[in-house]
Amino acid sequence: MKRNGVFSRVCMILTLIFMYAPIFVLIVFSFNASKSRTVWTGFSLHWYADLFHDTRILGSVATTLEVSVLAMVISTVLGTLAAIGFFSMRRRSRAVVMAINNIPMTNADIITGVSLMMLFVFAFGAFNATLGKALGVTLKTGFGTLLLAHITFDVPYVILSVMPKLNQLDPHLYEAALDLGAQPSYAFRKVVLPELMPGILSGAMLAFTMSVDDFVISYFTAGSGASTLAMEIYAMTRKRISPEINALSTLVFVIVLVVLIVVNVHSVRQERARQKRDLAWKRADG
Amino acid sequence: MKNKFLGIPYIIWMAIFVVVPMFLIVGYAFTTREGGFSTGNFSNMLSYAGVFGDSFLLAIIATLVCLLIGYPISYWMTREGPGVKRIALVVLMLPMWMNFLLRTYAWMSLLENTGILNELFSAIGLFKLINAVTGSNIDHFPMINTKGAVVLGMVYNYLPFMILPIYNVIDKIDARVIEAAQDLGANSANVFRRVIFPLSLPGVISGITMVFIPSVSTFAISKLLGGGKTLLLGDLIEMQFYGNSYNPYLGSAVSLVMMVIVLVCMAIMNRFGDGEETAVML
Repeated sequence: MKRNGVFSRVCMILTLIFMYAPIFVLIVFSFNASKSRTVWTGFSLHWYADLFHDTRILGSVATTLEVSVLAMVISTVLGTLAAIGFFSMRRRSRAVVMAINNIPMTNADIITGVSLMMLFVFAFGAFNATLGKALGVTLKTGFGTLLLAHITFDVPYVILSVMPKLNQLDPHLYEAALDLGAQPSYAFRKVVLPELMPGILSGAMLAFTMSVDDFVISYFTAGSGASTLAMEIYAMTRKRISPEINALSTLVFVIVLVVLIVVNVHSVRQERARQKRDLAWKRADG
Repeated sequence: MKNKFLGIPYIIWMAIFVVVPMFLIVGYAFTTREGGFSTGNFSNMLSYAGVFGDSFLLAIIATLVCLLIGYPISYWMTREGPGVKRIALVVLMLPMWMNFLLRTYAWMSLLENTGILNELFSAIGLFKLINAVTGSNIDHFPMINTKGAVVLGMVYNYLPFMILPIYNVIDKIDARVIEAAQDLGANSANVFRRVIFPLSLPGVISGITMVFIPSVSTFAISKLLGGGKTLLLGDLIEMQFYGNSYNPYLGSAVSLVMMVIVLVCMAIMNRFGDGEETAVML
C-alpha cells in the first residue's frame, strides 16, 4: 500500500493537537500559582502538596479504586463461569442469554444507571417497610449498591472477552487429558484454563478500566453514601474545580503514560526476539 | 468441561439487575404519581418535543463529524509502519484514562469569552483585522454556552470510539485481497471504493453506534459546555431523578422512548452492513 503524503500527515497531527489541547491546558494549570484556570500567574507545586492533604479527594480516589478492584475480581469470576456455562448451552438458549447479556452494553449509560437506581429504591423501600422494620434494619444506597451496579456493567465485557477463546478451544485437548487419567478439575486447571487465560486477563483489564472510567452509572446508584472521583469532580464543576484535581490528573496521566510505554516496549522486544528465533530456525532448516 | 450449571449464578444476577430494572422502567412509564395505568406520561412528553429534536440533531451532527474526521484518520493510520501504528494507538487511548468531565472542563478554559483561545486570537490581532475589514466591533468569538460547543464536546469525547473500530477492521483486511484487486486492474480509487470501503463497513457501524448512543444521552457535556442553555434528553432524564422536579414516572417514560428510538435506529443500520459485535472490541 502507498505511504501517507504531506496532507494526511498534517491532518493526523491536527487531530492529535485537538485531542491533546485540553490535556495540555490541564497539565499546565496544575502548576499555576493562583487558582485561575485561564491566567498564568507563575510556577508553583503547591496544588500537589495540597492534594496530599485533601482527605475528600483522596477518599474518593480510594472509593474508586476499591469499587473498581472488587468489581473487577467478582465480575471476572462470575463472567468466566458464565461464559463456560453459556458456551455449554444449546444454540437457542445461548442466543437468549447472550442477548440479555448485551443489554447493559448497548443501552445508554444513563438508562442503566436510572433503571438500577429505581431497582434499589424500590427494593429497599419494600424491605425497609416490612422485614427491615421488624428487624430494625434500614437499607440505604451507598458503596454496596455502587458495587452491585459496577459488577452488572462489567460482567458483559468479561464474557465478551472470554467467549472467543472458548470458541477457539480444541475440545480434544480436554478429552486427551481425561484419557491420560487427569481428574476433570485437574484437566480444567491444567489444560482449559491456560488456554482461556488471555481472554480472562483482557476481560479483567477491560472491566477495571470501565469501572474507573464510569461516571453516569455511579452517579445514579451510589446515592449520598459513597462518592467516586468522577462524582467528586462533577460536584466540583458546579462551582469551580480545584487545581488539586488538575494535579491529580497530571499524576494519573504520567503513571498511565509510563505503564503504556513499558508495556509497548516490552512487547516490541518480545516480537523482535521471536522474529530472530524464527529466522534462526529457518537458517537451521535451510 | 461443558457445564451448563456454571452459567446459573450469572443468569440469576441478570434476572435481578438487568431484566427487572427494564421492567421497572416500562412499569413506571405507564403509571402516574397516584398509581394506576396511564399513558399520560407520554402525552406530557409532547411539551419536550424540542428536547428530543435538539438531542437527536446534535448527536447526529456529532456522529457525522466524528465519521468525517475518524474515517480518514483510521485509514491513514493503517498505512503507517508498525512503529507509528503502535504509537498512534497509545496516543488515542491515553486521553481516555483522564476523567472525561475534567477534559471537558478544560475545554471551558479554552472556549470562554476571556478564555485561552480568544486571548490567543486577540494577541495575534485577529479581531482587529476582522473589525477593520467588516467594520464590526468584536473583541471575542462567542464559543462557550453554544450548541456548537456541545457538539465539540461530544466529538472530542467520542472520536476515539469512532477511530478504534474502523482502524481495527481496515487493519485486518487481508493484503492479498487488495493485491488481487490491483492485479485485476483496479486503480487506487477503485480499490478503495470497491474493496476497502465495503469491508470496513462493520467498523463504521460499530463506530457510529459507539458515538451516537453516548452523544444522544449525555447530560454532563451539555451542562458544562452548553451552560444549561441547551437542554438534552440526558438532562431531562437526570432532572426527573435528581432535582426539584422529582418525577421518576416521566423520567422512565422519556428513557423508554429514547431506548426504543435508539434500538430502532440500530436495527435499521445493522441491516445495511452485517454489523459484527467483534469489531467493537480492541
